Amino acid sequence: MPMKNRLLAVFALVIAFAFPVSAQELEIDIVDGTASALPIAVVPFAHEGAGLPPHVDVAQVIGADFNRTGQFRTLARGDVVEFPAREGEVSFATWRLLKQDYLVIGRIADSGDGGYRVEFDLMDIGRGQRVHGGAFVGRATELRGIAHRVADAVYEHIFQVPGAFWTRIAYVTARGVAPDFEYALMVADSDGYNPQLVVRSREPLMSPTWAPDGRRLAYVSFERGNSAIYIQDLATGSREIVSASPGINGAPAFSPDGSKLAVSLSRTGNPEIFILDIASRQTTQLTRHWSIDTEPHWLPDGQSILFTSDRAGKPQIYQIAASGGEASRLSMQGDYNARVSVAYDGQRLAMVQGSGNVYRIAVLDRTIGRGEYRLISPGRMDESPSFAPNASMLIYATREGGRGVLYSVSTDGRVRQRLVLADGDVREPAWGPYRQR
Amino acid sequence: MNLAIRICLATLLAFGLVACKKDTVRDEVIAPPPVDTPAPVETAPAGDDWSDPSALDRIPCLRQRVVYFEFDTSNIGSEAREILSCHARYLSNRPEARVTLEGHADERGSREYNLGLGERRGNGARDALTTSGGSANQLTVVSYGEERPTCTSSDESCWQQNRRVEIVYNVR
Repeated sequence: MPMKNRLLAVFALVIAFAFPVSAQELEIDIVDGTASALPIAVVPFAHEGAGLPPHVDVAQVIGADFNRTGQFRTLARGDVVEFPAREGEVSFATWRLLKQDYLVIGRIADSGDGGYRVEFDLMDIGRGQRVHGGAFVGRATELRGIAHRVADAVYEHIFQVPGAFWTRIAYVTARGVAPDFEYALMVADSDGYNPQLVVRSREPLMSPTWAPDGRRLAYVSFERGNSAIYIQDLATGSREIVSASPGINGAPAFSPDGSKLAVSLSRTGNPEIFILDIASRQTTQLTRHWSIDTEPHWLPDGQSILFTSDRAGKPQIYQIAASGGEASRLSMQGDYNARVSVAYDGQRLAMVQGSGNVYRIAVLDRTIGRGEYRLISPGRMDESPSFAPNASMLIYATREGGRGVLYSVSTDGRVRQRLVLADGDVREPAWGPYRQR
Repeated sequence: MNLAIRICLATLLAFGLVACKKDTVRDEVIAPPPVDTPAPVETAPAGDDWSDPSALDRIPCLRQRVVYFEFDTSNIGSEAREILSCHARYLSNRPEARVTLEGHADERGSREYNLGLGERRGNGARDALTTSGGSANQLTVVSYGEERPTCTSSDESCWQQNRRVEIVYNVR
């Protein structure tokens, strides 16, 4: 743990040296509101320690998490008229008058070893009682993470689905134009804060994807002159090349058990889907077709793989058994479907749907009839959708004003929020798994 | 259907005909990007040396190192074909020369698919070079997909410059 923190500190130093700090923070805008969201008030947490108050506004972080989902609507800070810190101080009548369904209160004390102890309570205003609560301990640098964990606990109690706020995203940034590019693979908190450099290169970096344990990333780097697939340990920074055959080495996707990668390799002459066993490096060819077969994504049971193929002329999504066999076409609506992302339930699939020069994110819900598509982004250059581990939201990339930006969007498409790197191009977001405590 | 496509592809490879895959050719006809030098109908004067590396700087069509493509296709157009056959003539006269064909795509569509598309264009250029006298062992294809654009605005004037294969001499 101390080792990990020291490495992170080194990474942070590298970033601070390379770019202005302001350029690394992601801006946040709510683009679109919703009326059906649950009203919830998050009261500023009381500081009860002897030392300096923390530099993180824990309640603000929690409230921003809630708003981003579209499932909550938080009470504006200016409308908070009472500031209870404990259950006994809550006047339920006040919050009923403010038409709130839920109330989150909390307090921050010294933990005794230089850190903080954050306690919280969730009040159900309608029932007039405390329904949940807990405590987290951590250093000052961990306070944003603790706030996300409080938000997760509240979310799970109310919706009976784990929250996905205490998670991370990986993404690629690019600066410059030919021939002077600089690419960076970054990891940040799910709200875009705390960006950390994973690897930097003057040659393209692509297609970051998370191992199921959340400790490793696989990605594509051209630093050796051609595409090659790397796996990198985030804590130690150590990495290894797992595929560097002639032609394309692209589109890595970890199997649900983490032991294999599905990849797209063109060493046979054109891109085909292969399964690569990470320990032995042995590959098994899955598709055999002259078309472009790429962007594999495992279904959660590990038995099937979805992928993009233009075997019918235009890219469409196909499904094939992980043990091989015939591929069958899955996407039946729209003349261009690619880059599928699968929700944990295997029933909701996000993809890039193209029509003319407009590319939008579509979510196919297979639980409705024969499958219903919903377009959840406005276009026109939207790409790389990635589900949060609880499928409440997705993150995707688009272009605005000549540069790449990231959006998070609720799975119903009603609430979108931009996460913009202040300088340079941001693309290819990948939402990581639940973090292990 | 499958057989028809295969025959079509085989024809494409053998004779370099364009527009076999009618479903991937857009309705709009896109003018090729302007090039700096006049159309490369090579009329090399007698005794002009095609085996000397200085030919790459001297002979106009050899100085053209980029060929362009239409949207979502790897079809070699007539202008690209002239440039490639010129380079094929040099490659056949200079067996020690080595070339990397860097395939690129515009930003539309998914990045990994575009990596495949860039490779398809690179392979198309490779096949055109080998049918005109170049040797396969002189040629390496690398696809960069849409990752190394020459311009970054989201319009056709920019996209057409990015749909390209760059002919890079590693050994002249």
